[in-house]
Amino acid sequence: MAVEAAMQRERAAQAPAGEAGNAVIEVDDLSLTFETADGPVYALSEVNLTVEAGDFVSFIGPSGCGKTTLLRVIADLERQTAGRISVNGVTPEAARLARAYGYVFQAPALYPWRTVERNVMLPLEIMGLSSSERKERAARYLDLVNLKGFEKKFPWQLSGGMQQRVSIARALSFEPDLLLMDEPFGALDEITRDHLNEQLLRLWERTGKTVVFVTHSIPEAVFLSSKIVVMSPRPGRIIDVIDCQLPRDRTLDIRESQDFAGIAHRVREGLRAGHSYDD
Amino acid sequence: MTTEALASPQIPTRGLLSRAFAGRSGPLAVVCLVLLVLWYLGAVWLNAPVLIDGYERRDVDWTFSQLAGDAMAMERPILPAPHQVAAELDKSVLGTKITSKRSLVYHAWVTLSSTLLGFVMGTVLGVVLAVGIVHVKTLDRSLLPWVIASQTIPILAIAPMIIVVLGNIGFTGLVPKALISMYLCFFPVTIGMVKGLRAPDPLQMDLMRTYSASTGQVFRKLRWPTSLPFLFASLKVAIAISLVGAIVGELPTGAQAGIGARLLVGSYYGQTVQIWAALIVAAVLAGLLVAAMGGLERLAARRMGARP
Repeated sequence: MAVEAAMQRERAAQAPAGEAGNAVIEVDDLSLTFETADGPVYALSEVNLTVEAGDFVSFIGPSGCGKTTLLRVIADLERQTAGRISVNGVTPEAARLARAYGYVFQAPALYPWRTVERNVMLPLEIMGLSSSERKERAARYLDLVNLKGFEKKFPWQLSGGMQQRVSIARALSFEPDLLLMDEPFGALDEITRDHLNEQLLRLWERTGKTVVFVTHSIPEAVFLSSKIVVMSPRPGRIIDVIDCQLPRDRTLDIRESQDFAGIAHRVREGLRAGHSYDD
Repeated sequence: MTTEALASPQIPTRGLLSRAFAGRSGPLAVVCLVLLVLWYLGAVWLNAPVLIDGYERRDVDWTFSQLAGDAMAMERPILPAPHQVAAELDKSVLGTKITSKRSLVYHAWVTLSSTLLGFVMGTVLGVVLAVGIVHVKTLDRSLLPWVIASQTIPILAIAPMIIVVLGNIGFTGLVPKALISMYLCFFPVTIGMVKGLRAPDPLQMDLMRTYSASTGQVFRKLRWPTSLPFLFASLKVAIAISLVGAIVGELPTGAQAGIGARLLVGSYYGQTVQIWAALIVAAVLAGLLVAAMGGLERLAARRMGARP
């Protein structure tokens, strides 16, 4: 049992993620049903999806369409009730044990008793990095999210946008190839959100990480993604997968372009189709 | 304060009195003063029947001022006046060598040592139980009901008997009293810590899961820090009842030492002034202990970056 887990861990760690055309996440006829007191809730129904290495994939859909649940299944925070899923070629559990992904939650989920710096160091402490390495990484990733100089502050001394940037630095600090983001900018004002979107895009462009991003904002999805997965609720399912081949070095100005409007229109159509199903 | 002062509270040159009343010391002083006056009135009222009885037996005329004066100077009053207690405190705290058996400092130290020993043992027991209850499902279901049931035993009532029994099997001195304290104070610690260790929100727990953190790491880096405010709230209750436990534990020790012994001797010989002096010392001790816990709490909060 332990040997098997160790082997899986090794495989998961070795799985190359930087090359194009390599499936990082493969979801096959996946369903998830929550048993509640009021009867079963069909959170996900026969979902099929492939995420390639280096993709920026957005899940978009109204509340309750299962986009967060799908992300949580990928992260092994929930288990599917039917179907198969592999992350880096192994089960989500093995991928989690191999620390294959960084997860950014809807809320910053910082530990209030730790300084900004020590919040970023948290995963590094757990993963057993040396203290000099921890210090160096915290400095590097706080710099990356433009929070140099805030190392010794406590979370309550920071604005909501800064807190969420700390949580992104924390997810990046242990350098996972896969980044799972669950509406990370949902609670922020639009100006901060635009700014962070642009920063995230630069980060993706520079590091070539695979990103899976949950949102319910159409402009955000179109602006960030290389692939948009449109989902609809009750039961949660995928109704459209839209390739979004805007140039990688796009800036916020691209939102005025014809291409952008075209893709946004297709996403909106897809969302509307999903809804009419519902009435 | 004049209406003018009320209308313009920004005036920087405020008197000592108005500053005191802006904080807590002013209102506190007023409450103390009122209690003192009530105490004096109570002393006269409670001691009056005995005195009047005496006057009538000796067939003397008496006036109220004479009655009031006598009521506050009795050797064994029903309720001694505050200044009598103060004089006794002065004599037995400041006026006696602290190693003497007549010194209240000596007795307070005896009580304090078993209070602290019992408090430490109770806290350790309480935390260990809570950690077990939070981490082991079987313990959660089997232990918690017993923890609660343990407190339905009127330990204060049977404490003297426990001391006697333990004394007979060779446990004397500090340990039996500390055991009573421990029995009383592990309970709030367990209850508080079970709640505290379960206080991390689901997101913070999920985060640990995404890191594949071990149970020990989740405990050290998340559960323990989250539970500290709960722990300190429990410790304040625990240290106060630990003192009560120690005093009750001293009642049957053959009146050797401790505040409890002092209370018992006082009641044997009708020395109400002595009893009250011991009570005051116990109250001051309890106040200091709780305040010390509050100080520790603030210290911990500051280190953990709490909002000032």
